[in-house]
Amino acid sequence: MAAPKTTDQTLGASLRERGVSRRGFMKFCAATASMMALPPSMVPAIAAALEQAKRPSVIWLSFQECTGCTESLTRSHAPSVEDLILDLISLDYHHTLQAAAGDAAERAREQAMHDHAGEYLVIVDGSIPGPRANPGFSTVAGHSNYDMLMETVEHAAAVIAVGSCATFGGLPAAKPNPTGAMSVMDLVKHKPVINVSGCPPIPMVITGVIVHYLTFGRLPELDEYHRPMAFFGQSIHDRCSRRPFYDRGLFAKTFDDEGARLGWCLYELGCKGPTSYNACATMRWNDGTSWPVEAGHPCLGCSEPRFWDAGGFYNAVSVPTSPSGAAVLAAGAVGAIAGGAVAVSAKKETKAALTHRQPVTVEELEAKL
Amino acid sequence: MSGSMEFLLWTKGPMFNIAITIFAIGLLVRIAEIVMLGRKKNFAEARAGEWLPGLRTMLTRTVADPGTFQRAPFNVVVGWIWHIGFLIVLLLFLPHIALIESLTGLSWPALPNPIISLVTAVTLVALLATLVHRMTHPVKRRISTVEDYIVWAVVFAVVLTGWLAYYRLVHPYPLILGMHILAAEIMLILLPFTKLTHIFTAFIARWYNGAAFGRKGVQS
Repeated sequence: MAAPKTTDQTLGASLRERGVSRRGFMKFCAATASMMALPPSMVPAIAAALEQAKRPSVIWLSFQECTGCTESLTRSHAPSVEDLILDLISLDYHHTLQAAAGDAAERAREQAMHDHAGEYLVIVDGSIPGPRANPGFSTVAGHSNYDMLMETVEHAAAVIAVGSCATFGGLPAAKPNPTGAMSVMDLVKHKPVINVSGCPPIPMVITGVIVHYLTFGRLPELDEYHRPMAFFGQSIHDRCSRRPFYDRGLFAKTFDDEGARLGWCLYELGCKGPTSYNACATMRWNDGTSWPVEAGHPCLGCSEPRFWDAGGFYNAVSVPTSPSGAAVLAAGAVGAIAGGAVAVSAKKETKAALTHRQPVTVEELEAKL
Repeated sequence: MSGSMEFLLWTKGPMFNIAITIFAIGLLVRIAEIVMLGRKKNFAEARAGEWLPGLRTMLTRTVADPGTFQRAPFNVVVGWIWHIGFLIVLLLFLPHIALIESLTGLSWPALPNPIISLVTAVTLVALLATLVHRMTHPVKRRISTVEDYIVWAVVFAVVLTGWLAYYRLVHPYPLILGMHILAAEIMLILLPFTKLTHIFTAFIARWYNGAAFGRKGVQS
């Protein structure tokens, strides 16, 4: 059995120990640069930075989630999750991936927090029942999610929220939000929070954000929702292979018509690509094989806040979230009745004025002057 | 409402319902009142029918007579351009049809987006021209009220934000789409209470005119 790696070891040393060639390392750096939309001239800088970087301790907390984010992460291909865990980070605590269980697992978390205070990264997937919710709604090892999150982030360097539950509340927060689910950024105000939204997020985006942090030692440029601009800076619509058909006004009307087969735009079938920011169209899924819109299904907008309560998945972006023709008709009926009442009262007023009319002579008017 | 997406969802959800309800109530109050007040009973013997002349006048009064055109060619030409442009964009742009279908179940074919885009650009220029004309023409300037400028601004805002949203010229996109929807909702709310009501009353008034003349047996 190989000696356990310490986090004091630099990445360069750790890679050489594992027999990774210089060429392989540089290829990895080039892939990282292109993934983060950095110029090729940055590759040596990335290599130098990673060579000297220490493997940070990472504590991964899973709260109200479906494990889909971890499933997504374990299917990452560049860098692969093996690269990530063995070479780049020291994953000291992760419910699903760790071998330890029970007290041993909790001790690993406490040990990591103690040994690397102020330096470790916390990754969170899943939403958290807020401080005013019943703490029993979701617990790990007898601790409420809220207590465990606040205790763990206390001495963290930064927090990465992975998946739409951790970033925006996600499906657990869908109306009527029975568990009072909240996002990480709702609760953690005193530490930098990076959001990697998506249901699940693209695996390369999860690893890419971690690599960016390791390479530059600081947070990437973030958008209004604290998402890294490198991955969330462009909309699905703007990079979509079906976009030329939108511009030409060619739309699939059903899932199996001629237009759908010819790859026409899915706007009418409810595609939320125009309002969604993510890298699916450029990075794709399953080793770059395809992605939902290319496969013929409209984008659900899963990387956006409240996508779960934003109206029907198969309604066009322009359709109101709760349209009601009946309500409009009812309002019209109320209006018609009110208008009738106004007209009747006006007629009555005219009649009353006529009966009480007192003729005035010219002389009387002149006398008033 | 902490971000652009929440803003968009607010305009598509609660705000839309508020706007469409005020619009429906307000419009029906106005129209029911007008129709029920009616006219004084005419005791004179009718010389001809009312309906046909009424319907004919709805059409003939829509086209300016030669005299009006000679006196105010700008009003006629530019007015026509932007009214038709506005209607084309409102009724024949795919996202708008999807919205109408969600409310009424009715739908019809859309025009290709590039044509809508061109019509929108022409409408914007025509609307700007009407503002310049209103502010420089001595008579128009004199008779213009605050309401006229508010109505112009709301209509212009709807078209401009729609055009900016279509070309995705404002980042993030949900912000500009939300602004477009909000502008349209403000227009819906103002519609029954400003001169925008003419969208519905203009044709009723024209029918009334034609019907009155028809009854007297004269041409209108």
